[in-house]
Amino acid sequence: MDGLDGFIFSFFNLRVMVEYLPDIAAGFLLTVVLAVLVVISGLAAGLSLAVLRSFGVRPLNWLIIFTVDLFRALPSLVIIMLLFFGLPTAGISMSGFTATWLSLTLVLMSFSEEIFWAGITAVQKGQWEAARSTGLGYLGTLRLVVLPQAIRMTIPPLTNRAISITKGTALGSVVGVSEILGSAQSAMAFSSNPSPLTLGAIAYLILFVPMIGLGRWIEARFAWRR
Amino acid sequence: MADSIISARAIWKSFGELSVLKGIDLEVAEKELVFVIGPSGSGKSTLLRCLNRLEEPDSGSIRMDGTEILEKKVDINAVRRRIGMVFQSFNLYPHMSALGNVTLALRHVLGLPRDAAEARALAALERVGLADRVSHMPGQLSGGQQQRVAIARAIAMEPRVVLFDEPTSALDPELVGSVLQVMRDLRESGMTMVVVSHEMAFARAAADRVVFMADGEKLEEGPPASIFGNPRHERTQAFIRQIERH
Amino acid sequence: MEDFVDAFFNLDIIRRASPILWSGLLQTLLLAVTVVPVGAVGGVLLGLLTSSPNKTVRRSFALWTDFFRGVPPLVLLVFIYAGLPFAGLDTGAWGAVVIGFLLNTSAYYGEILRAGIESVPRGQVEAARSTGLTATKTMGLVVLPQAVRNVLPDLVSNTLEVVKLTSIASVVAMPELLFQARQAQNATYNASPIVAAAIAYFIMLWPVVRLISRLENKVLVARR
Repeated sequence: MDGLDGFIFSFFNLRVMVEYLPDIAAGFLLTVVLAVLVVISGLAAGLSLAVLRSFGVRPLNWLIIFTVDLFRALPSLVIIMLLFFGLPTAGISMSGFTATWLSLTLVLMSFSEEIFWAGITAVQKGQWEAARSTGLGYLGTLRLVVLPQAIRMTIPPLTNRAISITKGTALGSVVGVSEILGSAQSAMAFSSNPSPLTLGAIAYLILFVPMIGLGRWIEARFAWRR
Repeated sequence: MADSIISARAIWKSFGELSVLKGIDLEVAEKELVFVIGPSGSGKSTLLRCLNRLEEPDSGSIRMDGTEILEKKVDINAVRRRIGMVFQSFNLYPHMSALGNVTLALRHVLGLPRDAAEARALAALERVGLADRVSHMPGQLSGGQQQRVAIARAIAMEPRVVLFDEPTSALDPELVGSVLQVMRDLRESGMTMVVVSHEMAFARAAADRVVFMADGEKLEEGPPASIFGNPRHERTQAFIRQIERH
Repeated sequence: MEDFVDAFFNLDIIRRASPILWSGLLQTLLLAVTVVPVGAVGGVLLGLLTSSPNKTVRRSFALWTDFFRGVPPLVLLVFIYAGLPFAGLDTGAWGAVVIGFLLNTSAYYGEILRAGIESVPRGQVEAARSTGLTATKTMGLVVLPQAVRNVLPDLVSNTLEVVKLTSIASVVAMPELLFQARQAQNATYNASPIVAAAIAYFIMLWPVVRLISRLENKVLVARR
C-alpha cells in the first residue's frame, strides 16, 4: 500500500466504520446524557451556593469559597481518580459514570458559583433598595429583582464554561465509561484499526461545533451589556 | 400633634467617625408636603432613608401612625408597604416593562391577583401620564418618563406617605417639568409627601413647610414664605442667597 | 475516623511514595513550562490570522480554531498517541503531548486574542497609521498590548486550565504527577498518594484561582 491508500485504510476505513458505527452512536448518546446531567446539576448546585453565599454568614461563606476554590484548582481527571479509585478504599464505590458525572458537576458547580456570585454583586445597590422600599423581603427581592438581572449578565460566561466542562465527559473513558472516546477506543482495540477513533472525533465535532457557535452567538447577543 | 403620620425624634446616625445626623426631629402631618433643603452633605437624604429604615438610625424614635418602627421585632416590610419611596436614580427594574415594575410589589407584597394588580398599576401609570407607555422597557423611556414610572410604582401601593429623594437631580433640565407636574398633581390629591430636593421654585409654590438642615442638624423650619422671605438663621440666609444667585 | 485517615491521609504511605510523587511533580512542572509557551505562541499566530483583513485567511483559520476547540483534548491526544502509529507516525508520549497541546491550547488562546483584538477600537489603528507606523508595528505596539490587557482575565484563566490539563498526559503513560500517584496507589492499595497529588495541585494552583477571581470581578463591575 502506498502512502495515501495506507492513510485511508487506517483512518477512513469504511468497512470498519460501518461495523462500529452503532457502538459509536451508543457512545454519542451516553455522552449527551452525561453532558446534560452535568450541566443541569452543576448549574443548579452553583446557583444554590451563590444564593447561600449572599446571606453573608461568615463561616459558611469561608466554607463555600474554599470548596469552590478547591474544585477550580484541581484537574477534573484528578477528581475522577479520587472518586473512582480513592473512595473504594474507604468502602464507598461508584461506577465510572457516577464518578465522572459527580466530578464534572463539582467542577461546573464551582465555576458557575463564582460567575453567579459576580453577577449578584454586580447588580446595583439601588435595585435592592427600590425593591425593599416597596416592602418586598430579602428572598423576594433576590428572586424577583436581583437574580433575573444577575443571570442575564452571566449567560455568556456560563455558556462558555458549561461547554468546556462538558468536553470533560471524554475523561470518563479513563474509568471505563463507554462514552464516545471509550467506545471508540475499544472498537480500535477490537479491529486493530484507528478508524473508529476518526468516527469518534467526528461525533465530538457534530456535538460541540454547534455548541461553540451557540456560545459565540450568545456572546454577541448579550454584548449590549458592555 | 394628633394627626402626625410620621414623628421622628432625636435621630442620630453616623458612618464610622462621621456624624451625619445629630439628634434630628421631624414631624409630618396628614396631607402635608414637607420640603427638606440644605447644602450637600447636610444629611437630608440620610434622614429620608432613615424614615423607612433603608439606613438604620443609631438611636432615636420614629413613630408611624403612633407605632414605633425602630424596634427590632417590627415587621419592617409591613411598614415599608405603607411608605413609598422615589429615588434620585429611579432604580427601575431594567428587566421588566413599566407595567411589570409597578405590578411587582402589588402581586408579591400585597398578594393581589394578576388582574387586580394590573388594573391598579394601569391606573397609577395613567395618573403619571404614561398610559401609552405601559409595555415599554425602562431602557426605552426618557429619564423623566422613567422617574414617573418610579412614582407610579410607589403610589400604586396606596402608601400613607411618599418619600422623594432628589427626584429631579438626575434629569436633563427639559425633563424636570413633567416630574414636578406629577408631584404637584399628587399634592392636589392630598398625598402626604416628604421631599428632599433643590427645586426651590417648586418648594415655594407647593410646600406646606420647609425644613432647613446643615451639618446633620435642623436649623430652621416654617412655611416657605418665612423660610425663603425672612430666614432667621445665618446659615439659612447664606444658603438662600447662594441659591437665588443662580 | 481512623479508617478514613488511614485510607486517605496515611503519612507513612505518602512518605514512602514521596520520591516518585516528587519526580511526578517535577515532570508536571516541566510539562507546564513546555506546553504553555508553545500554546501561547501558536495562539498569538492564530489570533492574528483570525483577525486578518483577508476574508479567506480569516475564515479558514476561524474554522481551524473551531475544529480544535470542538475536539476534547483527550480525544486529540489519544488520536495522536494511539492512532497515528497505524500510519507509521510514532510520536512517542512527549511528541503526542506537545503536538496535542499545541493544537488544542493554541486554538483557545487564539480565540481569546481574536476577541481581544476585536475589542480595540478602530480609531486606535487609524491614529497609529496616521503617525506613519507600519501595519505590523501598529499591531505589535498599539493593538496587541491593548488587546492583551482587555482579555487578561481570560488569558490567565485559560493558562490555569492548560496547567490542569497536563494531567491527561497520564493517560499516555507520561510519568507526571497524576500518573505517579496512580502507580503508588496501585502498589500500596491506598488512596493517600492521589490525595497527596491533589493537595500538591491545590497548593500550586490556588494562588492562580484567587488571582482570577479578583481579575474577573473587576471586569463584571466595569461592565455594568
